Amino acid sequence: MYVAVKGGERAIANAHAWLAEERRGDAAVPELTVAQIREQQRLAVDRVMTEGSLYDPDLAALALKQARGDQVEAIFLLRAYRTTLTRFGATVPLETSRMTVRRRVSAIFKDVPGGQVLGPTFDYTHRLLDFTLAANGEPPAAPVAETPLADTLPGVIDVLNRESLIETEVAPSDAPTPPDLTREPLRFPAPRAMRLQNLARGDEGFLLALGYSTQRGYGRNHPFAGEIRFGEVTVEFEAPELGFAVELGDIELTECQMVNQFAGSKTEPPQFTRGYGTSFGHGERKAMGMALVDRALRAAELGEEVTSPAQDTEFVLYHSDNVEAQGFVQHLKLPHYVDFQSELTVIRAMRRAAAQTKEAALAEAAE
Amino acid sequence: MNAMTPPVVDDGYSFAFLDEQTKRMIRRAILKAVAIPGHQIPFGSREMPLSYGWGTGGIQVTASVIGRGDTLKVIDQGADDTTNAVSIRGFFRRMTGVATTERTEDATIVQTRHRIPETRLAEGQVIVYQVPIPEPLRWLEPRETETCKMHGLAEYGAMHVKLYEDIVRYGRIETAYDYPVMVNGRYLMRPSPIPKFDNPKMDYMPALQLFGAGREKRIYAVPPYTSVKSLDFEDHPFEIERWEHQCALCGSGDSFLDEIVVDDQGNHAFVCSDTDYCGQRRAEGHEGTGMPEGYLQRQGGRE
Repeated sequence: MYVAVKGGERAIANAHAWLAEERRGDAAVPELTVAQIREQQRLAVDRVMTEGSLYDPDLAALALKQARGDQVEAIFLLRAYRTTLTRFGATVPLETSRMTVRRRVSAIFKDVPGGQVLGPTFDYTHRLLDFTLAANGEPPAAPVAETPLADTLPGVIDVLNRESLIETEVAPSDAPTPPDLTREPLRFPAPRAMRLQNLARGDEGFLLALGYSTQRGYGRNHPFAGEIRFGEVTVEFEAPELGFAVELGDIELTECQMVNQFAGSKTEPPQFTRGYGTSFGHGERKAMGMALVDRALRAAELGEEVTSPAQDTEFVLYHSDNVEAQGFVQHLKLPHYVDFQSELTVIRAMRRAAAQTKEAALAEAAE
Repeated sequence: MNAMTPPVVDDGYSFAFLDEQTKRMIRRAILKAVAIPGHQIPFGSREMPLSYGWGTGGIQVTASVIGRGDTLKVIDQGADDTTNAVSIRGFFRRMTGVATTERTEDATIVQTRHRIPETRLAEGQVIVYQVPIPEPLRWLEPRETETCKMHGLAEYGAMHVKLYEDIVRYGRIETAYDYPVMVNGRYLMRPSPIPKFDNPKMDYMPALQLFGAGREKRIYAVPPYTSVKSLDFEDHPFEIERWEHQCALCGSGDSFLDEIVVDDQGNHAFVCSDTDYCGQRRAEGHEGTGMPEGYLQRQGGRE
C-alpha cells in the first residue's frame, strides 16, 4: 500500500519516545525535580499559572518539566488539565488592599502611607552575568528590617479617591454576575469583566507589545504607574450551606493600578481614569502591559477616538490567547495537500488560458 | 488494516473525555444548529488535550454525539493513515473504547478534515467536519460584529462581488477549496477547507453533517436532505476540478487525486486521496498503470 508522506501509529509512538529522551537530556546530569523548578524557576512557574489560569505551583512546575521549559507548551498542558476540573463555585472577590505586601511601589508620589517597599526586584540590578551561580553559589542571607511592615498597606489610589481626582470603581449592586470566559464564548460588545479575564490569561509578549505601542503614540493614554504591589492575599469561599465565607488559603498575586489622564467633557469635570492589570505570583511586566491595554480598550466607553490596534476590542481579544494562536499558526504543519492540489489545478488551468491568449495575440499581430 | 489493536480505555476520564454537563451544552448547540441549517451557533468550546487547529471543534462534536455502540472512522486529507487522523482515532479509542473502522460504509460517525469520502454516505450516518475558520465572510470583513449583521440581513452581495471580480480578473472563479455555499436558501456557509470537488456531495446528502470550530467556538450543521448550493453565476456555472489522469493504483477516473512527486526530476504520479475507496477498488480487481519504476524501492521498499 502506498505510504509516502503519511505516518502511521508506530511513527508517532517513536517520535514521542524520542521526545521523552530529548527532554531528559544527558543522563549523566542529574534529573531536575519538580520541587527544584517550583522553587528556583519561580517566575516561569508564575507565568504558566497566570496564562494557564490555574493557581497550582506544583502542577505548573510539572508542566514546565514535561514541556522542556517551553512556556506556551506548559501553559497549554495546564489549561488542558484545568478543563477536566469540577467547578464548585466562585470565590469571594479578592481584597487586595488587605494583601500581605512584599513589594509595593508608586511612581506618582514620593512617599505614600506605609512607604515605598522595593522587595525582591530586578529593577536596580546591574545586568552582569553572575559567574558565582555557575559554581552553585549560595547567596548570603538577606538582612531583615528591625520593624516589620504594617500588616496591610492602604492603596495609593485611595489617596486620590478622597479628592475625587480619580474615577471610582465600585460595582453597582445590580451588576450582573461576571461571565466566565472559560465556559462561554467571547461575544461582542464584551463587558470589561470579560475583557479583563481575556487579558489576564492573555500572552504576556502580546500585551507587552500592545501596551508599548500605546506609549509610542498608537492610542496614547498618558499612563502613570499609580501603584504596583506584590504579596499574598487570602482566598475566601462562601459555601451556600454555611452562609459565611471560609478561608481556603493564600495565593501570591501582583497587581498594577495604572493612573491615566482623561480630559473630561462638558458635563464631567476632568478626572484621572484607571487601567488595571494583575497576574498570579510575581509578574509585573505582565500586569503593567495588561493595565495599559485595559485602559486602551476603554477608549470607546470614555469617548476617545478608536484609531489604534490596542484600542480595537475584537483585534486584541481575539488574538491575545497564546494557546489558540500557537495552535492555529502551527497547524500549518499538518498536511494540506488536498487543498494545495485544488490550487495547483486552478493555477495550471489559469496559466494555460493565459498562454493561449498570448499566443493568439501574437498570431494576430503576425498576420 | 481494519483489524485495529484492541482499545485500552483510559477510565481516569469521562467517557469521550468531556464531562456530561459539557456534552449536554454542546448537544444543545448542535440541536440549535440542526434547526437553523448553516447558521453558526456560539458554544462554550473547551480546552482540549489536542492543539487548536488540530481538530478540537470536530473532536468536541464527535465526543458529544458518540455512544458505546458507534463505529468511528477518522480521515485527514481523505486518508485514514495520515498522522493527525491516526492521532485522533487513537484519542477516541483511548477515551471511549468504541470500534473504529476505515470502511466508510461501516462507520456510524466519520470525522474528517479537508475531504468528504468518495463512497456516498447514507441515512443514519453522521459526518463531522473539522473547521478552522467558520465565517464565510471573514476574508471580506474581519469583524465578527459586522459579519453577524450581514448574516442577519442575508446581505451576501460582497461575496458575489468577490466572485465576479475573480471572473473579471482571471476569467474564472479562483477559489479552489472552502468554496462558499448557500444552505437551505438562507445562510451562506463555509464547507470547511474541502476541495470544491466535494461540494456537490453536500447537496441533499442523506447523512447528517455537523461542523465544529473549536478555537473560534462555533458549531453549525446541515440536516439530511438539505439544499446546499455552491455560489455561481448563470453564465459561469459552478465547476469542479478535473484531472487528465487516473489513479495510478486503482485506475479510478472520477475520484479526487493527490499528486505525488516521485523523483527529483519533478515527475508526478496521481493517486486517490480517499485511501479506503482506492483500497476497496483494488480489492475488487481494479488496477491502475502502477507507480513509476523504482519508486517503491526509493521509499525503502515499504508496501
